[in-house]
Amino acid sequence: MPTIHLDNLIKRYGEVEVLHGIELEIADNEFTVLVGPSGCGKSTTLRMIAGLESVSDGEIWVGGEPVSHLEPKERDLAMVFQDYALYPHMNVAQNISFALRLQRRPKPEIDKKVREVAEVVGLTEFLHRKPGALSGGQRQRVAMARALAKDSGIFLFDEPLSNLDAKLRGQMRAELALMSQRVQKNMIYVTHDQIEAMTLADRIVVMHGGYIQQQGTPEALFKRPVNKFVAGFLGSPPMNFLNGEIEDRDGRAFVVGNGFALALEGEIAAAAKAHSRRSITLGVRPSDLRHDADASPDVALSLDVMVSEYVGAQSVLLCKCGDEKVMVELNSENRIALGQTLSFAVNPRGVHLFDRETEAAIH
Amino acid sequence: MVDMALSSAAERAAKRRKAQRLNRLTPYMFMAPAAVIMAIALLYPLAYMIWGSFRAWDPSQTIGEAEFVGLKNYVTLWDDPNFRESLSVTLRFAFFVVTFELVIGVGLALLLDRNIRGMSMLRTLFILPMMIAPVVVGLMWRYMYHPTVGTFNRTLEGLGLPTVDWLGQHALMSVIIADIWQWTPFIFILSLAALQSLPRSALEAAKIDGATTWQQIWYIKLPLMMPVLIVTGLLRLIDAFKVLEVILVMTEGGPGLSTEILALRISRTATEFRELGVAAAMSNYLLLLLLALTLGMFAFTRWQEVRAAKVRISAEEDT
Repeated sequence: MPTIHLDNLIKRYGEVEVLHGIELEIADNEFTVLVGPSGCGKSTTLRMIAGLESVSDGEIWVGGEPVSHLEPKERDLAMVFQDYALYPHMNVAQNISFALRLQRRPKPEIDKKVREVAEVVGLTEFLHRKPGALSGGQRQRVAMARALAKDSGIFLFDEPLSNLDAKLRGQMRAELALMSQRVQKNMIYVTHDQIEAMTLADRIVVMHGGYIQQQGTPEALFKRPVNKFVAGFLGSPPMNFLNGEIEDRDGRAFVVGNGFALALEGEIAAAAKAHSRRSITLGVRPSDLRHDADASPDVALSLDVMVSEYVGAQSVLLCKCGDEKVMVELNSENRIALGQTLSFAVNPRGVHLFDRETEAAIH
Repeated sequence: MVDMALSSAAERAAKRRKAQRLNRLTPYMFMAPAAVIMAIALLYPLAYMIWGSFRAWDPSQTIGEAEFVGLKNYVTLWDDPNFRESLSVTLRFAFFVVTFELVIGVGLALLLDRNIRGMSMLRTLFILPMMIAPVVVGLMWRYMYHPTVGTFNRTLEGLGLPTVDWLGQHALMSVIIADIWQWTPFIFILSLAALQSLPRSALEAAKIDGATTWQQIWYIKLPLMMPVLIVTGLLRLIDAFKVLEVILVMTEGGPGLSTEILALRISRTATEFRELGVAAAMSNYLLLLLLALTLGMFAFTRWQEVRAAKVRISAEEDT
């Protein structure tokens, strides 16, 4: 399958520039997820790869060839749309086989292919139905089957699951993950849902405001976000942020803020000492806080517990530290009384620091 | 005491029944004025016409004095070569105008379904002919078709080409052209509206599936527009059978019977030939034809609704 290279890709609508030099290299058989809040340019990027939007500047390279001047049909790709984009006047089989029929493939071959992909997505019984007579999930499968039948090297997904209800979305997500393992293709997937991104991606590309913020494996992005935006965007419940100052006390680096003074350990302490500016934001994920009544105050946050949200095995505590809200994720077995002030130990490896001005991570 | 209670209960029940009856009558009361107007302006003349069509009726007689002849008017019409010629002219006229208007109207809509500067201006220009009164259209085209001073022949002469005897030799073609000019915009605006309501993403999917512009039109756009096109075509067909003014002004049905469409034949039979009974019978034939077309159109829209409902139901059963 071809590699894709986005070379300084720029998109302008009139005077307004919405994509500012996107630089991205997608390797063979990789599942790449473009993720970001709405309006970040992820869909525009995908539609430019598909050829549905013109390229204002820069170039798209597929397998070493520039393609930005080519029509969609000359680009060897298949796409699944958010609203499925089925042809309402054709039945499921005709929808799936449309691209093959346009290529004037022999009929037995088309029939065989239709049966094959219908089997893969579980639509065999519905081949003669029109899309109007299918449920949302089934329509989604038809869209998937239509893309599969084309046998192209590149698969594009534009928020394919966002029109489904929560339960079906989870189920389809799992099926998608299975499918992506079976069919070895370059897949580019656009979503605003960070859970979809984390679960499906080989590589996540986080976008914001028309820029790529960070790209890498889900684990790398989760553990070492390069800035406050990425840190806050990935992970659910989201990372807690507390403003503070770096202080040197007896040779040890501390983050001191309203209601806490946290000692820094290891690499991050050295990085904090070396950093030129003192005003920073401390980031701690809710899962990196652990209730420990005996913790020493310089490795713990003292929090007022306000609300407890029970979500099954896990509970999320909504607490207050000074004036800031802090969320804590903990096992529901640990009963916590509301209204108390408790001490929560901070996992030393889960401490993130961001420059308050540039929002860049301090590693 | 008990008696009084009973009687008042009975009274209340009676009152309630009366109120209910009034309630049930309300919709009919609202409809009554419209029904009265319909009866006076539509049903009465219609019944009069049907009644008259069974009589040998001269305008100097009252309908009561006219002799009852049964179905004679209807039967003799079929032996009348003039009526048959007129019917054939009407059918040819309707067939050609609707066919060409559909092809040109849909074609224009496909061409102009895009966002370029000045497009709204262009669209407005295209629908102007439809807004002109038919009599004016007839006069305009009569002058343009004039054999010596008309725009067309002078242009042909200027180019050194032989002139055309528009309203003589080619009278039917000429009135067909005028009608196409006036009514293509009707199909154009409705097709354009249909095109713009097509699902964008389905067209994008077709592009990615490898459809050329023609294949997109042939396999996606036209099939999806078809319900609108069928209803539009039927509406135009109904109108084409009733056309009168433009032809009356341009040719008065001539030369000979070459452009004498049914509406014109009916009016001439009534006024020139003074055969009101025959004219009424002819009107009824035309009415039957239009009725069949209208019912066809209703049947088509009804069939579509039923089909859509069926599809919805089976989709719900699965979920």
